[in-house]
Amino acid sequence: MSASPERAPRLIRGASGEWEVVIGMEVHAQVLSKAKLFSGASTTFGAEPNSQVSFVDAAMPGMLPVINRRCVEQAVRTGLGLKARINHVSVFDRKNYFYPDLPAGYQISQYKTPIVGEGEVLLDLAQGQTVRVGIERLHLEQDAGKSLHDQRPGHSYVDLNRAGVALMEIVSRPDMRSSEEAAAFLKKLRAILRYLGTCDGNMEEGSMRADVNVSVRRPGAPLGTRCEIKNVNSVRFVVQAVEYEARRQIEVLEAGGSIAQETRLYDPRAGETRPMRSKEEAHDYRYFPDPDLLPLVIEESWVAEIAASLPELPDDKKARFMRDYGISGYDSGVLVAERELAAYYEELAKSADAKLAVNWLNNEILGRLNRDGRGIADCPVSAAASSAILGLIADGTISGKIAKDVLDIAWSEGGDPATIVNARGLAQVTNSAAIENAIEAVIAANPGKVEELKLKPKLAGWFVGQVMKQTGGKANPQVVNALLSARLGLSGEG
Amino acid sequence: MPLPSSPTDLTLSEARDALRTRAISSVELTGAFVEALAGARALNAFVTETPERALEMAAASDARFAEGSARPLEGVPLAIKDLFCTKGVRTTAGSRILGNFVPPYESTVTANLWDAGAVLLGKTNMDEFAMGSSNETSYFKPVANPWRARNSNRTLVPGGSSGGSAAAVAAHLCLGAMGTDTGGSIRQPAALTGIVGMKPTYGRCSRWGIVAFASSLDQAGPMARTVRDAAILLKVMAGVDAKDPTSADAPIPDYEEGLEGGVKGLRIGVPLQYRIDGAPPEIDALWAKGVDWMRAEGAEIVEVSLPHTKYALPVYYIVAPAEASSNLARYDGVRFGHRAAEPRDVTDLYERSRAEGFGAEVRRRVLIGTYVLSAGYYDAYYVRAQKVRTLIARDFAQAFERCDVLLTPTTPAAAFALGEKTADPVSMYLNDVFTVTANLAGLPAISVPAGLSENGLPLGLQIVGKAFDEQTVLRVGRSLERAAGFSAKPGAWWKAA
Repeated sequence: MSASPERAPRLIRGASGEWEVVIGMEVHAQVLSKAKLFSGASTTFGAEPNSQVSFVDAAMPGMLPVINRRCVEQAVRTGLGLKARINHVSVFDRKNYFYPDLPAGYQISQYKTPIVGEGEVLLDLAQGQTVRVGIERLHLEQDAGKSLHDQRPGHSYVDLNRAGVALMEIVSRPDMRSSEEAAAFLKKLRAILRYLGTCDGNMEEGSMRADVNVSVRRPGAPLGTRCEIKNVNSVRFVVQAVEYEARRQIEVLEAGGSIAQETRLYDPRAGETRPMRSKEEAHDYRYFPDPDLLPLVIEESWVAEIAASLPELPDDKKARFMRDYGISGYDSGVLVAERELAAYYEELAKSADAKLAVNWLNNEILGRLNRDGRGIADCPVSAAASSAILGLIADGTISGKIAKDVLDIAWSEGGDPATIVNARGLAQVTNSAAIENAIEAVIAANPGKVEELKLKPKLAGWFVGQVMKQTGGKANPQVVNALLSARLGLSGEG
Repeated sequence: MPLPSSPTDLTLSEARDALRTRAISSVELTGAFVEALAGARALNAFVTETPERALEMAAASDARFAEGSARPLEGVPLAIKDLFCTKGVRTTAGSRILGNFVPPYESTVTANLWDAGAVLLGKTNMDEFAMGSSNETSYFKPVANPWRARNSNRTLVPGGSSGGSAAAVAAHLCLGAMGTDTGGSIRQPAALTGIVGMKPTYGRCSRWGIVAFASSLDQAGPMARTVRDAAILLKVMAGVDAKDPTSADAPIPDYEEGLEGGVKGLRIGVPLQYRIDGAPPEIDALWAKGVDWMRAEGAEIVEVSLPHTKYALPVYYIVAPAEASSNLARYDGVRFGHRAAEPRDVTDLYERSRAEGFGAEVRRRVLIGTYVLSAGYYDAYYVRAQKVRTLIARDFAQAFERCDVLLTPTTPAAAFALGEKTADPVSMYLNDVFTVTANLAGLPAISVPAGLSENGLPLGLQIVGKAFDEQTVLRVGRSLERAAGFSAKPGAWWKAA
């Protein structure tokens, strides 16, 4: 797979000419691990407030952080999945600021020396274009707790369950040029994290959130001033926020104004971005190396061990699908976007033609899942069952049409496809005698049509339909065609 | 062994042996100290006394002796600096901001002591958050030094920040005590009260459960009346701790063993740069005496150079406040400790809780620390200080290529009067001039009482060793102790008060 060097410019037309939007992203991805980054407390989502808080998380006097090896491993794994450099020595720093959901008064993060350096994410766009987005760095840091302001008027409450949970902050280069690319980046990154098992990617639960940096410029001009849209929590909102923000900046610039570098929030209800309530004082985080933690040293042998355990990632899988199954780049891209979908496909392709399997998956399975608002992971018909249905088509037991009925039954009632076909008598009739009987019955009932057929050979199709009707749709169409031709003296395929 | 007239006159090692032979019970011994504490409140050495707990623990120890399952410190009553979190016993760090904080956990070092059978007498007074050299910054009022100058009734400071522990040991209110040392907080008060105080190598003892002042410098250590007692305590305190990633997994020798080995064949370095202008001549005189004693004991004396010594104090007063400003951010009135009444909003809550909760010295250092870490100043102060810190450590490494330990004075002067230096923080900071270097380099160092000043106040000499070579430091310290033969005791004026 080669990155297309020239990408079609995606320009936005303003009143005074064309503009280009430039997008970079900082994604916070919650590390999948049982315990927090520096304490043994649990990370389960949705527990009773303040039930998963250790003395370390609550920053009690004299408590010290101890790095969780599992979180480090997950960060290394992610770095390798992003084809990034792993820094064998990295440093944890303190980012100092006061807020009630930050018990220690500082967040432990990595400032100057992150655990992971430069990497990349490849985006598959429509029309088979591939765009490379650079990854600047990935670092580990603690999440803060949650402030609750709506429990009781005049009071604020703090839930520290999330305090200290490990996050990976993944910072991209400003390499995206449209909302579509921004969406593709987020989806691709999420796919990679899910393949790796390092983040569940559930944006609704907040385990993945994006800060989106947006600026506009005239094509070819230097980068414009950016605004950072904080904490966008769905792919759809990223698209909307980028589009709104680009428009807003173009309007400001075209009216002769200038863009102030600021942080903004996207309000999905109003469909607009708004400046965040400006803090009274500018933050000076006073970063310095955390003296409670020694520099994090990672042995190359451990990195090699983790590298050896990586699963096949979306890009490699896509290349393999194109090569081994002969399906298009677009189809392969769709299939590998989710690990479960790709696995489902591979199961289907075992017993069916590769392209037929793509169509079955796209049209029948995904169509039904969309209708039901479910994901492939919750598909009521397993890949094995689905594969069995395709097998029944391939060996001529059922027709493609009946297959859809069998799928519907398996979908709503469950059960093994072969058993469903047998129990409901859905197997194709290939028995010549039964079909001949049906043909004779149709001829006997429609003598006029037989005469007409001699003048209009196209009427043969009508006869086929009648015979199928007569057999309840179960007759094998090929057998019907052959017997009808013989019986009515039609030549060729008519 | 014949017992002295009062069990409180026993050294820790004598008491340990007397307990083992059942010559005395822990309840008797502990009871004597509980009584001594009650009679010494004029010293204000304790923030919290725990007599009931002490007697309970002593009774449990006696039961252990009876059943033959005594542990290394079984039944030995100790005092603990109020910086160590003690489960179920109020821990104040000498500050108002911790209010009536009662930790639901026990620091690793004190847990090690209790697991070895030691008995808790109480929590000792200290400079607020260990920031001070005279114990005058304590929210719980200053500690009085048991010592007074000859022919004077003036109250002197015991040094700091472990001033309560030092006074308690010097006044025989316990057999030994826990201190912490960030820039000299064990060794300086030990010198000013005529006792032994040791700061082990950084990482030798776990910092877990000790209220943090400056994380890269803080280290717990023993305070006792003899070098042997300090060795006994260190053995129990030390050890790697999974809960403190900066603690070291280094072998812990039996420090008592070989204590009497002497200094024959050892090379003892004398750093030129520790001779400072304006120090009283008696300091240099005592130092010279120490050199003579060591030579007489068979050591080879080597002159060494520690060229960056003069930068140690400025470096310390950048690094320590920087770390403290961050470490103390957690005292915000939200989860525990002092909380301002009726805050208008969260900023008001922070500002008033901290303004009311912290004393002047702590506020000063938080401000200094915040300043040196600020954008635009960070490189000029913090980064440069760290670089100089590296040079200071290198000075020691180079000196130790030529000698085994260093011998220096512990303090530039004897104990001073209450209030004498409070108006001028810099003159107060100068007390740490000989001690901060060992913290910056992470090295073990001990102060041993070595003589009296002209007006009859104790003075100490310091032995600094190689990292994790506490054994040699203790052996040289013991040799110095034997040679100095320091036996003076403070007049027990506080009993009359």
